[in-house]
Amino acid sequence: MSLVYSEEQRLLADTARDFLADHSPVSAQRALRDRGDALGFSPELWASMVELGWSAIPFSEAHGGLEFGVTGLGAVCEALGHHLSPSPMVSSVALAGAVLERAGSADQRNDWLPLLIQGETRLALAVDEGARHDPCRLALSARREGEGYRLTGEKVMVLDGQGADGWIVAARTSGAPGESAGVSLFLVPADTPGVTLTRLSLIDARNAANLRLDDVTLDAGCRLGEEGEGLAPLEAALDRGRVCLAAEMLGACEALFAMTLEYLKTRVQFDVPIGSFQALQHRAAWLHVELALARSTLMAALDALDHDADDAPALVSLAKWKVGTMADRVGNEAVQLHGGIGVTDELDVGLYLKRLRVAQASLGDADYHARRYAELTRP
Amino acid sequence: MNDNDKEAFRQQVREWLEANCPPSLRTPTPEDEMVWGGSRVEFKTEDQRLWFERMRDRGWFCPDWPREYGGGGLSPDETTILEGELRRLGCRPAQINLGIWMLGPVLLEFGSEEQKRRLLPPMARGEVRWCQGFSEPGAGSDLANIGTTARDAGDHFVVDGTKIWTSYGDKSDWMYALVRTDREASKHRGISLVVLDMHAPGVSVAPIDLISGKSSFCQVFFDGVEVPKENLIGPLNGGWALAKALLQHERSAMSKFGEFSLPTHVDLMPLIRDYLPEAQTPAEVALEARANACAMEEAAYGLTVQRMTDEARAGLDVSGLAAIMKLVHTEQERVKFEVLLDAMGYRALGWAGAPFTDREQAITKAWLNSFTQTIAGGSSEVQLNVIAKRVLGLPDAGKGASS
Repeated sequence: MSLVYSEEQRLLADTARDFLADHSPVSAQRALRDRGDALGFSPELWASMVELGWSAIPFSEAHGGLEFGVTGLGAVCEALGHHLSPSPMVSSVALAGAVLERAGSADQRNDWLPLLIQGETRLALAVDEGARHDPCRLALSARREGEGYRLTGEKVMVLDGQGADGWIVAARTSGAPGESAGVSLFLVPADTPGVTLTRLSLIDARNAANLRLDDVTLDAGCRLGEEGEGLAPLEAALDRGRVCLAAEMLGACEALFAMTLEYLKTRVQFDVPIGSFQALQHRAAWLHVELALARSTLMAALDALDHDADDAPALVSLAKWKVGTMADRVGNEAVQLHGGIGVTDELDVGLYLKRLRVAQASLGDADYHARRYAELTRP
Repeated sequence: MNDNDKEAFRQQVREWLEANCPPSLRTPTPEDEMVWGGSRVEFKTEDQRLWFERMRDRGWFCPDWPREYGGGGLSPDETTILEGELRRLGCRPAQINLGIWMLGPVLLEFGSEEQKRRLLPPMARGEVRWCQGFSEPGAGSDLANIGTTARDAGDHFVVDGTKIWTSYGDKSDWMYALVRTDREASKHRGISLVVLDMHAPGVSVAPIDLISGKSSFCQVFFDGVEVPKENLIGPLNGGWALAKALLQHERSAMSKFGEFSLPTHVDLMPLIRDYLPEAQTPAEVALEARANACAMEEAAYGLTVQRMTDEARAGLDVSGLAAIMKLVHTEQERVKFEVLLDAMGYRALGWAGAPFTDREQAITKAWLNSFTQTIAGGSSEVQLNVIAKRVLGLPDAGKGASS
């Protein structure tokens, strides 16, 4: 077990950060928001990321991947967070890609993964139905009908759902909400009749949508994995998405903390820099402490996933919880320590605060993961 | 030292330890079985005496000191190998001696030749028990504010004042102490480091009871104590730099001490299960959630300890991580005991005797003791100051922005 990036992983993180500084500074995210961009990310920038090999990082070489692990993905996600750069890395690569890789048949993997890696196809994962993340409680029904299935129900907060070439929909083929058996996974192509997509306008201006399925009929070839046994691969994929969101949040928080420290050193009131006041120094010192603790949990979760460790799910929950609570604190303090200018739209602080809030709530907030950790570690 | 030499030395050390460390002393050391070197050294078993004498005769109480001062004369590589082998075999320390760990290195660096020849060999033989005289009632976090004075009286100093939080002051033979030798100079410039005989006329010692009960802490009083001038260590009024060097060694001494002693770690969640097998009421569910959050914070700290090791090995700068460790650990412990006490309810309120179990009383004492940890060795607030200034580079009050 190693809690530090290898030489190669560090190089990847540095390259990613430099590239995004040039091609996707925070001002680019602001411009997308201001023009109400429906996609929420730049297709040209995404094409460049694909060209850099980022979409190939976690996949096996057989499908055109780089086999650079979840840790490699985490290194890139940190850089994305640092510059607040929007991209389908989490939705299509970490989440949908992992479902395909774990649940898909050989044919399905061969059909979809190379296209996904090459950026020619983009998929999104549709899991949640209620106001709070809880995959086990999903109810969207998939009834057997002849050789195929008929799906009815509604999904919410489908990350990067707008404009996707298809959605991986988690549905219930049997059992009641709350039961772990009976969940099945389906790949629903975007042109399937009966699907209605509603783009959401969120505080972070990223791409998210609600997905309504009215008597959508699919043939059995659209099912990924065994019927009723979809929760395990779904959870495995969600863990990859969760840890990537944690990495993104950590990158964002480090940037936000650096901005805040700079402000404390330069903002003068009562004829001195406000950072000389002990009340503010101690608050800043605690943020340093929280960032350090959070990074350790993130590195442990990435490493555990790459080694298929038994405690990987618990460590992912630990990371999503610790990074999430840290992010709440760093975001809140960044606004407060900036004072009046901290609540203006002109300053980037607010953009970070809003993105952190969305990432914190997505795929399980701190409360969800505290509970999951308790259940997974209960003696 | 090439790899062959290292391997040969390791083999030699291993054989000697196998032959000379009594098997009964290859276990963690319970607190009441530690052997403290000094004029009144006590052994509970014959094995303890044998192990003490054998290590002493090899000069391995202080293996890396030069032989002429009573040390073992080992190179840094050899010392690392010896420490590694002691750890591998699980050998108890042959003695505990704060003089060797803390004053010794400072004497080696700053002492005169005469002082080294006079003070180091008895220390290296474990014949003198040393205590530290730094803190005073008026000089806690602000250590440079010491008021104990050493007045120049020709061939000696006359020391008056008091020291507090002196661990084992009542059992020690000698003290190294910070004293004020110039009352006119600014705070940091009028301080000197002296060593003095705890049996000298005018020295008196009173143990301090803590909220957790009996403790090893004492207050020491000086009333016209005569200290010969040759006991001044380093330059007159130059004691502050030596004090800082000593405190550096205190940190490594504390970590060595922690390595030797039995783990006092309290594993929270199994205890919570004992007192709260199945949370039912909303209050119990909330309590369980607090306990779980504590366990998660503790896991994050444990991973951070591990990460610091990994980063150091990778050659990265770990000063920003090192600065948070004491703060995080001691604060977490205090919160952990609070949660545990809440779960134990009335069972946590016992001071002595039935119906409270030994474990329950130990937990209650550990809770009371946890308060000393966020204060001693640089309070949490001092730790935060250090992080703010040295790690984050925030400016000093009134001095403007640092560059």
